[in-house]
Amino acid sequence: MAPDDTDRDASQQLLEQVNTALANATPLRIQGGNSKAFLGRDVMGEVLDTRSHRGIVSYDPSELVITARAGTPLRALCAALDAAGQMLPCEPPTFGDATVGGMVAAGLSGPRRPWAGSVRDFVLGTRVITGLGKHLRFGGEVMKNVAGYDLSRLLTGSFGCLGLLTEVSLKVLPKPRLCSSIALEVNSTQALARLTEWGRQPLPISAASHDGHLLRLRLEGGEGSVAAAHDRLGGEVIDPAYWQDLNEQRLDFFNDGQALWRLSLPQKTGVLVLPGEQLIDWGGAQRWLKSTADGATIQALAAAAGGHATCYSHGLEDSPFQPLPPTLLRYQRQLKAQLDPHGLFNPGRMYAEI
Amino acid sequence: MNILYDERLDGALPEVDKQQLLHALRQQLPALEILSHAEELRPYECDGLSAYRTTPMLVVLPRHIEEVQTLLRLCHQLRVPVVARGAGTGLSGGALPLEKGVLLVMARFNRILQIDADARLARVQPGVRNLAISQAAAPYDLYYAPDPSSQIACSIGGNVAENAGGVHCLKYGLTVHNLLKVDILTIDGEHLSLGSDALDSPGFDLLALFTGSEGLLGIITEVTVKLLPKPQVAKVLLAAFDCVENAGRAVADIIAAGIIPGGLEMMDNLAIRAAEDFIHAGYPVDAEAILLCELDGVEADVQADCERVRAVLSEAGATELRQAKDEAERVRFWAGRKNAFPAVGRLSPDYYCMDGSIPRRTLPAVLKGIAELAGEYDLRVANVFHAGDGNMHPLILFDANQPGELERAEALGGKILELCVQAGGSISGEHGIGREKINQMCSQFNSDELTLFHSVKAAFDPLGLLNPGKNIPTLHRCAEFGAMHIHLGQLPFPELERF
Repeated sequence: MAPDDTDRDASQQLLEQVNTALANATPLRIQGGNSKAFLGRDVMGEVLDTRSHRGIVSYDPSELVITARAGTPLRALCAALDAAGQMLPCEPPTFGDATVGGMVAAGLSGPRRPWAGSVRDFVLGTRVITGLGKHLRFGGEVMKNVAGYDLSRLLTGSFGCLGLLTEVSLKVLPKPRLCSSIALEVNSTQALARLTEWGRQPLPISAASHDGHLLRLRLEGGEGSVAAAHDRLGGEVIDPAYWQDLNEQRLDFFNDGQALWRLSLPQKTGVLVLPGEQLIDWGGAQRWLKSTADGATIQALAAAAGGHATCYSHGLEDSPFQPLPPTLLRYQRQLKAQLDPHGLFNPGRMYAEI
Repeated sequence: MNILYDERLDGALPEVDKQQLLHALRQQLPALEILSHAEELRPYECDGLSAYRTTPMLVVLPRHIEEVQTLLRLCHQLRVPVVARGAGTGLSGGALPLEKGVLLVMARFNRILQIDADARLARVQPGVRNLAISQAAAPYDLYYAPDPSSQIACSIGGNVAENAGGVHCLKYGLTVHNLLKVDILTIDGEHLSLGSDALDSPGFDLLALFTGSEGLLGIITEVTVKLLPKPQVAKVLLAAFDCVENAGRAVADIIAAGIIPGGLEMMDNLAIRAAEDFIHAGYPVDAEAILLCELDGVEADVQADCERVRAVLSEAGATELRQAKDEAERVRFWAGRKNAFPAVGRLSPDYYCMDGSIPRRTLPAVLKGIAELAGEYDLRVANVFHAGDGNMHPLILFDANQPGELERAEALGGKILELCVQAGGSISGEHGIGREKINQMCSQFNSDELTLFHSVKAAFDPLGLLNPGKNIPTLHRCAEFGAMHIHLGQLPFPELERF
């Protein structure tokens, strides 16, 4: 049955489905818009669709907080923010039909991430159905809250493996007064060197990518700072839609069917020789790689540079996420065993052992 | 109400033979400095929450991480509880020792290991003072953003354990937003690196989980923080109001105008007068409330935002509006705020600092509720408020030498925190739960939520040896404490909005 698009609280049904699965010992495959199904390992389990549980629960722009049910389309949430002159600074991709729950569960952030913070940084609170079939609340709608362990941020990016998110509260910010995008013709060595130099200065850069020929920058801030940065950096003005195309992986780079990898690297990593074609993002801290090399090779290269690599092409790798050191894996398994003792939620999505 | 460890409510602690432990420690760690005599132990009886004191069984002051590792393994093996302590400036009793436990002082790990200006990071030992990081980064025009009031003295390890805040959180975030990597040792002495020099790491986000975990999950041995370019300029506006509601509205209006100030602080009349008397910052002492609004960034933007904020403040009914004319005046404006606690301390023999967090729009109602409660308990309360991020610090004035006043102050404090929870907020914005607010945790979380917290603990420290009795209350304590868990919207204070 296709979920309709009226806002409603369907948490009771979600809770019932979890409790039934618990009683029958049936693992669940949590899914919202299914827009990130390509990420992670395949999960054998009964589908739990969150999309009937949708709607913005509260939003007061002057509080800079929005609370929405997990099944709310991310685009609807962004539209509500946009109408009030605000935004999610972490710029999560929508990949078409992403839901708010999926956005938090996957924790993917867009081009602004190095300057504004990640999805995790903007999560203030969550409601979650646990592996024991309890519907609980952690964190809240306030900016500062250090009561208890930070379960909300732990759940962010956990790919549904620790519990079923039903509601999230997010910090939001006003949109910048001015936004301008430019391109400079430099090679990747020069681009990365300049980004490192500029990173040490209070410049209003909010996105930076390099495709091998062009260094593209987005400048965001007040009229004065953006104009001054524009004057100083020079370059050609470009269409700002580029950043959305990059974020949503709609650039030609992403669309030729080759295996795609994401490398997350220390901020100042210089030019990295990799087996394939690269696109530098996040001012150097994120690199997209199209490669036919095997996963172990790519992950070893990323690790050697102090980072990690994730396969973005579905079903290609048994370990799409960088394998964890054994001690760390053991503690992560212990955490999974404590929070989801019956292995109900997305078993194996991140790692075979989790 | 006594908040010292109570085995009946907090769980039995293992019986430890002090001499046996001393013997084993000296044998395995001959170079380790150990304090074991009563007079040596006294300075470690409390942290910044000095009303509560317990003499630890032993204090150890290691200088090498290997010593910490061996110590933890030994304590794990002999079932000895371990309480970690940094600079001891915490305000919630998070480093309050245990009679049956070892106090592990990390303050000697005070080396800055690396300032990497190009990578904009600093790698430091846990005992390095917060301010020392910014000082070391200053030659590169970089700084570490979180600035708790105790930043001259507090250590970064303690900041991570408490997820410390400060006056610039709305724009620059808490400690958790400014970390890249934390190295820890588990209770059985295993080393884990959480996070990395990259912006994210594979697997569950244990870095986020450990930040603010108050020493219950592991011992912090190294911290890598992010550094930011110093803002070109910072300007401060001071606005006076003849009622708190207008000041509260002005805050919302500034945000609604699309401006995120670097700092946005409010003080009420009692706090204003105390600060002025102490610091002579030039505050208008007749005002019911003042706002301090700091705008920082690139010169041209700051100038434009100053104009916008001035207009907003006037519109909101500011009775007086001043802009610090130079750096000296800016520093003076802030000095009054930053010294508000000791200033209030001069009004009264003792004061008790609270740390509730609320949605900003509920401020007038919560302040009214606090005033009513203060009347009921016959105590004065001064209010200092991180208005930008909704974190309030009511300061309860009392005299511990008057029989019953400490108990009244504690009871009033508990009520104020419950009021914050009812308003949709939290019992702690930045000071932590520690021992101080252990009972109020029963108001904010129900037994299933607390049970889940205990499960998290069990994944890292199943024997419960790290900082027992802090942060997460036992269900037994909550049953005894008798607090009704506050389901939003089902309690007194009908004037409060419900969320």
